[in-house]
Amino acid sequence: MSETVKKFLYLNRKAPYGTIYAWESLEVVLIGAAFDQEVRLMFLDDGVYQLTTGQDTAGVGMKNFSPTYRTLGDYEVKNIYVDKDSLEARGLTQDDLVAIAWEDWETEEEIENIVEVVDAARVSELMEESDVIFSF
Amino acid sequence: MPIEVNGNTLETDEEGYLANINDWVPEVADVMSKEDDLALTDEHRDIINFLREYYEEYQIAPAVRVLTKAVGKKMGKDKGNSKYLYGLFPYGPAKQACRYAGLPKPTGCV
Repeated sequence: MSETVKKFLYLNRKAPYGTIYAWESLEVVLIGAAFDQEVRLMFLDDGVYQLTTGQDTAGVGMKNFSPTYRTLGDYEVKNIYVDKDSLEARGLTQDDLVAIAWEDWETEEEIENIVEVVDAARVSELMEESDVIFSF
Repeated sequence: MPIEVNGNTLETDEEGYLANINDWVPEVADVMSKEDDLALTDEHRDIINFLREYYEEYQIAPAVRVLTKAVGKKMGKDKGNSKYLYGLFPYGPAKQACRYAGLPKPTGCV
C-alpha cells in the first residue's frame, strides 16, 4: 500500500513553561512521528527558549522536560529549525541551545546536530513547502 | 489499586502504573510480575533497568519502536528486536516493562 508522505511542520512559538503549549506540542510530535510522515519542527518567538540548555524548573514546580528534546532524533525527526531573528532578539546564539543527534539505525548514517539556525527568508520558504502546519 | 511492596503501600493509577515514580524499588517488578503470572528473569531486569536509565536521561518512557532500536544499540541486535522483547513481555514491551519499571505509560500508547 503506497501512501503519500506529507510534510508536517510544527511551529513552536511559546516559552516552555507557564502554558502547556510547549509540552503538548512535543507530545504530539512524539506520537505523530510513529506514523511515518516527514516531521519538521521550527522554533520561533519565545519558543526558542524551549531548546535552551541549563533549564531548572524547581522554582516553578513543573517537570523539566527539556531533556526530552534530545530524543527527537530517535523518533525520526530529521529537521529542527530555529529562527535567527528570534534568537538574536533575545540575546541568544546557537551555543545556548541543546544539540540533537540523529542516526539512521540501518545505514548508521549519523548527523551530530540537527538543530539549524535559519534566516527569515528560509523560514518563509519552509512554511511554503509544508503540506500541514501546526502552530503551538 | 495500591500494591504492597516490602510492607509499604504504593499508590497506582487505574491502569496499574505507579502514581509516584520515586516510589520504585526493584521489588515492585517482582510484585507486579507475580500478579501477571510471569516469572521474572535477569533478562527482564536488564530491560527494566534500561528503561529506568532511559527515563533518567530523557524524562520520557520510549515508544516501543524507539525502545527496540535503543535496546539494539546498547545490548546488541539479538535483543533489539520485537520477537525477543515481546517474548519477555507479552503484554507489550513498552507498556508492561514500563509498568514494572515504575515509569508512566509511554507517550503514544493507547
